[in-house]
This record gives sequence, structure tokens and C-alpha cells, in this order.
Amino acid sequence: MALAQHLPALQVILPLISAPLAILFRRAGPAFLIVTAAAWLSFAIAIALFLQVDASGLISYPMGNWQPPWGIEYRLDRLNSFMLVLVSGMAAIVLPYARGSIEREIPHESHYMFYAMLGLCLTGLLGIVITGDAFNLFVFLEVSSLSTYVLIAMGRDRRALTAAYQYLIMGSIGATFIVIGIGFLYLMTGTLNLADMVPRVAVIESSRPGLAALAFISVGVSLKVALFPLHQWLPNAYTYAPSSVSAFLAATATKVALYALIRFYFTVFGDNFVFGKLPLPEFMLILSLFAMLFANAIAIFQDNLKRLFAYSSVGQIGYITLGLSFDSVHGVGASIMHLFNHGVAKGAIFLLIGGAVARMTTRQAAPPAPTFERIAGLSKAMPLTCFGVVLGGLSLIGVPGTAGFVSKWYLVLAAMEKGQWWLVGAILVSSLLAVAYVWRFVEAAYFRAPPAGRETGKEAPFALLIPGWLLILATLWFGLDTSFTAGAALDAAQQLVHSGN
Amino acid sequence: MLAHFTNVITVFLMVAGLFIITARGNLIKKLVGLSLFQTSVYLLYITPGKLIGGTAPILSPAYTVYSNPLPHVLILTAIVVGVSTLALGLALTVRIREAYGSIEEDEILALDHSVEDDEARESH
Repeated sequence: MALAQHLPALQVILPLISAPLAILFRRAGPAFLIVTAAAWLSFAIAIALFLQVDASGLISYPMGNWQPPWGIEYRLDRLNSFMLVLVSGMAAIVLPYARGSIEREIPHESHYMFYAMLGLCLTGLLGIVITGDAFNLFVFLEVSSLSTYVLIAMGRDRRALTAAYQYLIMGSIGATFIVIGIGFLYLMTGTLNLADMVPRVAVIESSRPGLAALAFISVGVSLKVALFPLHQWLPNAYTYAPSSVSAFLAATATKVALYALIRFYFTVFGDNFVFGKLPLPEFMLILSLFAMLFANAIAIFQDNLKRLFAYSSVGQIGYITLGLSFDSVHGVGASIMHLFNHGVAKGAIFLLIGGAVARMTTRQAAPPAPTFERIAGLSKAMPLTCFGVVLGGLSLIGVPGTAGFVSKWYLVLAAMEKGQWWLVGAILVSSLLAVAYVWRFVEAAYFRAPPAGRETGKEAPFALLIPGWLLILATLWFGLDTSFTAGAALDAAQQLVHSGN
Repeated sequence: MLAHFTNVITVFLMVAGLFIITARGNLIKKLVGLSLFQTSVYLLYITPGKLIGGTAPILSPAYTVYSNPLPHVLILTAIVVGVSTLALGLALTVRIREAYGSIEEDEILALDHSVEDDEARESH
């Protein structure tokens, strides 16, 4: 069928078209329906493409039938077909949630713009993942970033504005660094097609412009990844953004940036050069350890739950970059797995917390910050929400039976392969830190008495509970049945690691 | 030095922009720095694409030297991105001014901290 050929283009174009349509309708209802339909369709397309790549190995789609390397090529391999499933799947789950959740967070007349922005953000993230063209990647990066700034600024607290502004400055510096790096690569190789670049980069990578390109791209992408110590924008952005936005960003935005990092390191420059000839593994190892230990430790001392889990995200990103620095099939496989597993678990936690906040919000008033004082004794009023957050927390710790355990297991395996036993200790210590911050939640929600003034509320609204629990169940499912996550991630790692150049 | 004139200008603009972003606390001035920084990248792309004496890429036996059109097209896109970033940044600054009554970073931070202190006192 003719349409089936064009799935890679439709993957991006459907959410792209949904955004202006949502604006044209100027009403929340139709805007919601259009963007949600686009997200669901693009989730279905992502699954179809994943299966297609599973069967045939590689899909190359010439955009507008302009043949690569002159035209823009959409190129799908194991890694990005897997990422497409994560990104579009999260959008498909977050959108129905957003309908109920933004009711109390955003004035009704700007709901349609919220949906349009979410559609654009999804477009940008999917575009970064699917494109095989370096400059196209930058453009999609900016599409997703600009819409993200708007989404964060829609938070009710005025600090959402400063968080968005701060992220705008940091994010634009990061994106500009990336475009400088891509510019150097283009000047040296004369091509923008990533696959076409590979053999040409191999010739020039040790030259000074080649190294400068690598340096600019590394710093720029690390800013978007929120790799320690470039994570300063992240805690405020996640804390003050509307609940659905926090969940969507935590699950996808940094993950897509990590994808870009993997793409540049392992495909374009080649890991034999980046990790074999440069002192980058050591450098990345140290930063990852700082993230795992410091950010997780900072998380323990946060008073606001959203901020706590934001710092925990910075720590979890440390595991992912640690896996990359091993440059082995198990290490990189663990990273790709953890991208997915952490995205699902953290998305679930933010969704559930958002549900609890929505229940605590009284009409017209700004949503209260989910501080430990406010959630004291919450388990009596909202047993399902609290239990869900605890299960998500167990996945962050890496308890067997949850998805977090699987990726951490492969990470430990990779460390042992390298003979680096002390790293196994470091992973354990950082997991203990995670135990500490999850325990703080358990202690407050289950063992403290509710504050005197709070009326004994009900469970979070079901429209907000179900999406969160779907993700929690996914976390448990992927903890028991690893054929999808581990299979795809290890296959992708096999394609990436020591692939020749 | 003169041979690398455009490169020197590019790097100067780049560093000046980054310096303004980090050294200035005024939100508008920061955006000016950001724009300067982004503009320098336009030069980085365009100057190598221009050949002295080169024409637009029109197939004609009269011309033999062509300028590369691709960087120009890329930078058209980058300019659009830069303009939208600046517009969004300014819009955010307007909203920040409405919410805080200031566009100085240190004053805004001080206001935020006093709010956080109040919240902490309330809850204890």
C-alpha cells in the first residue's frame, strides 16, 4: 500500500499538522481531540515502524523523494525505532491525562494553545529521533525546545516563568553549540547527511576542526541532556511546570537529547575514536559518578516532591552516561534500556504526584506545592496514588521485579566485564541514596499523621490515576518480561558498538 | 590576521555574546547577548560559502565560479529560529515583569527566596 511507504514521514507530519489545526479551532475540545488523535496515530505508526525495522533491519526514507545525501533522509535503525516508541507512547498517555490535569493549572481560554504546544513538542522530539540529517536535527531540536519553554511557562506559579526563561537561555546556548559543531562538520566534510558523513568524518576527526566539532556538540548536547554539572535548568523547570508537562519532559526530553549524544558519538564519530583515542570515557565516568552520587544526595534533602524527583532524574541520567562510557554492548545496552525504563517510571511518578496535587487544589486557587508537610498521611486519603509512587520509586532504586532492576543489572554486568568492581560499589551506594529519598516519601505518606487543617480528601481523580497506573504497570511488566526492552536495547547496542569506523 | 578577518569577527561576536549572557543580570541584556551569540553562527556558516568573484549557482557557460547556496539556505532557517527564540524570550520577560515587577535577575532571585522562606515558615 502506498501509505505504508510513507510512515516515516507521517510519524512526524501528523503531530506537526495537529498543532496549527488546534490553534485554528481556538477551542479546548477540538484541539484536544486533534492533538490526541495525532499522538495516538503516531504511537501506532511508531509500533509499525519498530516491527518493520525488526523484520528488515533498516528503513531509509527520502523526504520529498529527494535522494540522500542531497535531500533530507529519515533513517530508522534499531536504536531510533525503539526511541520513537518511547516518545510517542508517552505522548499518547500524557495527553488524556493533561485534559483533566490542566483544568486546574491553566486558564481555560489558553487550553487550545497548550495542546498545540504539546503537539509541536512531540513533533520536535520525534523529528530529532527519526531524522538522518544533521541540520534537520538542529531544527527539530529548536522546535521541541521552543515549545517546551512555552509549556513550562504555563505553570501557575510565577517561578515557572523564571524557570522557563532560565531554560530558554541555557537551552539556546546548548542548541547554538550544537549548530556550531554541525557547522564545523559540514565545513570539513561537505555533507549534512549523518550516514554520508561517517566515512568522511573518519578522515578528519583528529584534525582541529574535527575535534572542535566534537567538543561543541558534546557540550551542547550535554546541556540538553542535563548531564551533571550542566543540569541547573532542570530542577526548577520540572518543579514549576504543569504536572503533565513535568511528566512528559522527564520521560522524553532528556532521553531524546541522550539519543542525540549516542548518535553523534557512536554513529557519526564512531566509538573507536571517541572512546578509544580520546580521554572521554574517563571524563564521562567522572561526571556520571558525580551525577549519581551528588544529585541523588541533593534529592534526599528536597522539601518539594517534584523537585526531589527532578534531582533524582539528574542522578538517573548519570547511570545512562555511565553505561555509555563503558563502550561495550552490555554497557550501551544498559544505557538504552535505562533510557526507556527510567522514562516510564519517572513519567508515572510525575503523573501520580500531579493527580494528588490536583485533588489538593481548591477551585480558583493556585495548585499547592507537593511538600512533605502537605502529603503527610496521604496514604489514607489516596492509597492507590501513594502505592503507585512507591512502586515507581522501587524502580528508581532498582528493586528486582521492576524495570529499573533490569537496566541496573546490565549496568553492573558491564562494570564487572570491565573489571571495575569499585564501580559496582558506586552503583550500590547511589541506589542506597535512592532508597533514602523514596523512604522519605514512604515515611511521610504512610507513617505521619495528616496535618490538622487538611480535610480528609478522596483518591486522586480517576482520569489522572489511570494514566499513571498504566505506566506503573508497564514498569512492572518490563521488570518481568524483558524481551522487548532488553532485546531491542541490546540489538541496538550491537549495531552501535565497534561498528567499524 | 587580515586573511582570517571574518573568522576573527565571528569568534569575537561569539565570545562577546556568551560574555554578556553570563555577566549581565538584566533579562533584556541577556537576550541581546544570546542574539549576538546566535548571529555569530550565521557568519560561521555563510563566510566559507562565499567565494570572491563567485556568482549564484546558475548554469551558464559565462560563469565558472559559484558560491555554495546551501549554507545560505541553512542560515535562513537558523535566522527564523533565532527570531522566534528572541521573541519568546522577550514575551517571557514581559510576563516576568508583570509577575515580579522587575527584570533584574538578582531582585527576582531575592523575591523568590523570600517566598520560599515564607512557605517554609508556614509549614512549620
